[in-house]
Amino acid sequence: MPKAAGDAKLLIQSLSKAYAATPTNLKIIDLYVVFAVATAVVQVVYMGVVGSFPFNSFLSGVLSCIGTAVLAVCLRIQVNKDNKEFKDLAPERAFADFVLCNLVLHLVIMNFLG
Amino acid sequence: MARRLPPLGALLIFLAAVVAPLSYAVRPVSDAHRSAAAELFAASTDGSLGDLESTYEAVSTFKILGVQKDKKLAGKACKLATDTLSASSSPAKDLFHAGRIAAVLGCSVDAGVYDDVASRLKAVIKDTNSLLEFYYSVGGLLSLKEQGHSVVLSDADSTFHAIKALSQSDGRWRYDTNSAESSTFAAGIALEALAGVVSLSDAEVDPSMIGVVKNDIAKLFGSIKSYDDGTFYFDEKHVDASEYKGPITTSASVVRGVTSFANVVSGKLNVPGEKILGLAKFFLGIGLPGSGKDCFNQIESLSLLENNRVFVPLILSLPSNVLSLTSKDQLKVEVTTVFGSAAPPLRVNLVQVLGSDSKVVTTDSKELQFDLQNSLHYLDIAPLKIDVGKYSLFFEISLQDQEHETVYTTGGRNAETIVVTGLIKVDKAEIGIAENDAGTVESVEKLDLLKGTQVSLSANHLQKLRLSFQLATPLGRTFKPHQVFLKLKHESKVEHLFVVPGSARQFKIVLDFLGLVEKFYYLSGRYDLELAVGDAAMENSFILDLGHLELDLPEAPEKAPRPPAQAVDPFSKFGPKKEINHIFRVPEKRPPKEVSLAFTGVTLLPFIGFLIGLMRLGVNLKNFPSLPGPAAFASLFHAGIGAVLLLYVLFWVKLDLFTTLKYLGFLAVFLVFVGHRALSYLSSTSTKQKTA
Repeated sequence: MPKAAGDAKLLIQSLSKAYAATPTNLKIIDLYVVFAVATAVVQVVYMGVVGSFPFNSFLSGVLSCIGTAVLAVCLRIQVNKDNKEFKDLAPERAFADFVLCNLVLHLVIMNFLG
Repeated sequence: MARRLPPLGALLIFLAAVVAPLSYAVRPVSDAHRSAAAELFAASTDGSLGDLESTYEAVSTFKILGVQKDKKLAGKACKLATDTLSASSSPAKDLFHAGRIAAVLGCSVDAGVYDDVASRLKAVIKDTNSLLEFYYSVGGLLSLKEQGHSVVLSDADSTFHAIKALSQSDGRWRYDTNSAESSTFAAGIALEALAGVVSLSDAEVDPSMIGVVKNDIAKLFGSIKSYDDGTFYFDEKHVDASEYKGPITTSASVVRGVTSFANVVSGKLNVPGEKILGLAKFFLGIGLPGSGKDCFNQIESLSLLENNRVFVPLILSLPSNVLSLTSKDQLKVEVTTVFGSAAPPLRVNLVQVLGSDSKVVTTDSKELQFDLQNSLHYLDIAPLKIDVGKYSLFFEISLQDQEHETVYTTGGRNAETIVVTGLIKVDKAEIGIAENDAGTVESVEKLDLLKGTQVSLSANHLQKLRLSFQLATPLGRTFKPHQVFLKLKHESKVEHLFVVPGSARQFKIVLDFLGLVEKFYYLSGRYDLELAVGDAAMENSFILDLGHLELDLPEAPEKAPRPPAQAVDPFSKFGPKKEINHIFRVPEKRPPKEVSLAFTGVTLLPFIGFLIGLMRLGVNLKNFPSLPGPAAFASLFHAGIGAVLLLYVLFWVKLDLFTTLKYLGFLAVFLVFVGHRALSYLSSTSTKQKTA
C-alpha cells in the first residue's frame, strides 16, 4: 500500500513537472475549462439536492458550461503548437472561431432558458 | 281552487305575451317618456350632466317634455355654459353647445362676453370651409340671437354660397371640400346651418339660391327609406362610411334641418305629407329609447314635427288594442298630434277589416262618431258582426276644413291591429271508454265542463278513451283556440300530454291504449285527467280537472323503457346548481429561498477560483495593442462582445426572438468588422516577432 501511494505521488509529481512546461496561454484555457466544468458540477449538485423543477433552466445552465468547455477544448487543440495538423491556422483565427461559436451557443441557451 | 292557480297564472302570462306585441303600436308621447328621460339623463354623482353636448341634450329634452329639474342642476349647467363662453380658448363646437345651453336655461351672461363670442364665431365662419365648423358657428350665433343679443351676419350671401358649395347632386352634403363622401346626416346639418344663415342675415338671401336648396330637399326626400307599415326614416347610403351615426341620429338631423329651413323661408317645401307622417311614426315607433342621445333625438324631432311649416303629422292611435265582446267594448280611436294635442275637426272612417288570415271581413265604410268631451272617435263593433280573433282595421282620416289640408298630414290609410275577445261556449262534452273493435261504446258520460263535474273511469289496454267537445264563439261559429291539451298524470307523477285535434265541427281525441302502453311505460294505476283550453281571444280560457282513469296495463317486458326520474320538486330544476370545483395544476415543489440563493453564491466560487488561477499564472495585458488605432479596435471588439451578451440578457428578460435577431444582425456586422481588424493586427505583430 505505501508503495502504491509513493508511486502515485511520483506519477503526480512527474505529471505536474511536465505540465509546468505547458505555455501560459494553454494553461489559461485549461483553467477556463476547469472553471466551466466546476460550475456545471455545482448546478448538477443543486439539482440533486433540490430537484429539477425548472428543467429547461437547469439544462440550459449545465449545457452552457459544458458547451463552452468543449469549445475551449477545441480552441486548445487548435492553438497548441505541437499539433502539426493545425500549423497553418493562426491562433487569432482559432480565437475568432471560439468567440463566434460561444455567441451562437449562448443565443440558443438564452432562448432555452425561459 | 288554489291548486289550479299556477296553471291559470301561466295562462294569464301567455295571454299577456300574446297581446303585448300589439301594444307596441304607435302612441303619442306620454308620461312614460318623461320618466324615461329623467332616468336616462340622471345627473352623475358630482351633480353634473356630463359634457357640454350631453348637458345640452338633457336640458333641452327636459324643457320640451316639461320635466322640472331642481335648480341646482340648472345652476351647474349654467355655470358650465358661462365658463365655456368666457374662456378664450373654447373651440366653435363648445361655444355652440354652451350658447344653446344658455339659451334653453336662460342663463345670465354678460353682453361683453357675447360680443366677444360673436366676433370669434364670425371669424371662424370667414376662415373655414368645413361644414361642421359652419354649423357650429352659425348655430352659436343663432343661440345668441335667441337670447335677445343682436347678431347680424353681414356677408350672409357668401356664407350661404360657401355652405351650398358642399352639396351633392343627390341632395346630400359633404363635410368639407376635400372629402369625397357625401352624407345624409351632413345634409341635415347643412340645411340647419343654411336656415341659421337666412335668419341671421340683415338682407334677404338670393331667392334663386333658396329655390335651389328647396330642390335639394325634394331630392333628399327621394332617398328616404321605408318600412312597409308606412314608416319612413333616413339612413346613410353606405353604412360603412366613417361617420356613420345610425338611422335615429340621421333622421333627427334631417328633420331638424328641414323644419328649421321651412320656418325661415317663404313658401311651401315640396315634401309629401305621408313622408313627414312616416318620420313621425318612425320616431314614435322607437317607443322608449335606450340612450340619452336617442331620447334627445326622438323628443326634439317630434317637437319640431309637432309644430312645423311643412306638414303637421296627425297620429291615429287606439287607446286599447283589445276589445271584449262580453263587455260590449266600443272601438275607440284617437287622432292627435305627436305630443297628444287635439287635432282639428276631422272625420275618421273605418274602411276595411281584415281577418287574421288577410281575409276581408268587411269593406263597408263606417264613419266613427266623435266624442267631444274625451276627443275620441268611437264605433260600436256589434253591427260589424266581427267575431273573436285578431283583426287588421284600416282607417281613413279626412279633415273637415279644406284649409287644414295644407297644414296637417294624416296619411292615406292607417292600419291598426286589434284583438277581439269573448266568452267561448263549451258544448256537447262527452267522455267515455270504447271497446277496441268497431267502437261499441261501453260507457259514455256527458260532461258539463264549466261546472267541473268529475268522472271516474276504468279501462284496460284493449280499450280506448274518447273525449269530444265543441267550442263556439259568441256568434255561433266554431272556435279553434291556440292550445287544446289533454293531460294524463300517473300517481308516480309521470305526465303525458296530448294535443286534442279539432275538426270543423268538434274537438275529438281517441286514445288507443294498445298503441300507448310503451309510451305509458306499462304503468298501471290511477291517472288524473286534465283538459286545458286557452287562447288570447278567449276570455274564459280554462284548465279543468276531469276526474280520473283507472288503467290496467300488462306487465312490463324486460326490455321496456323505464319511466324517467321525476324531480321531487319541479322548481328545483331552477334552483342553484352544484358548485363547480376547478382542478388546477399543483404547483411544483420549490426549495426554500435561502437554499437557492446559497447555491447562486456557490456557482460563483469556480469563477473566483478561475480569477485566482489567472493571477497565479501571472496573466497580464501586455499583448494589448499600444498604438491608438489598433487599441481602439481592440477595445471596440471587446465592447461589441459585451454588447452582444447584454443583448442576450435583454432577450432573456423582455425581448422576443425576432427583435433580438434584428439587433443581433447589426451587432454581428459591426463585430465581424472590428474583430477582423483587431485580430489581424495581433496576428501580424506575432508573425513579425517570429520573423524578427
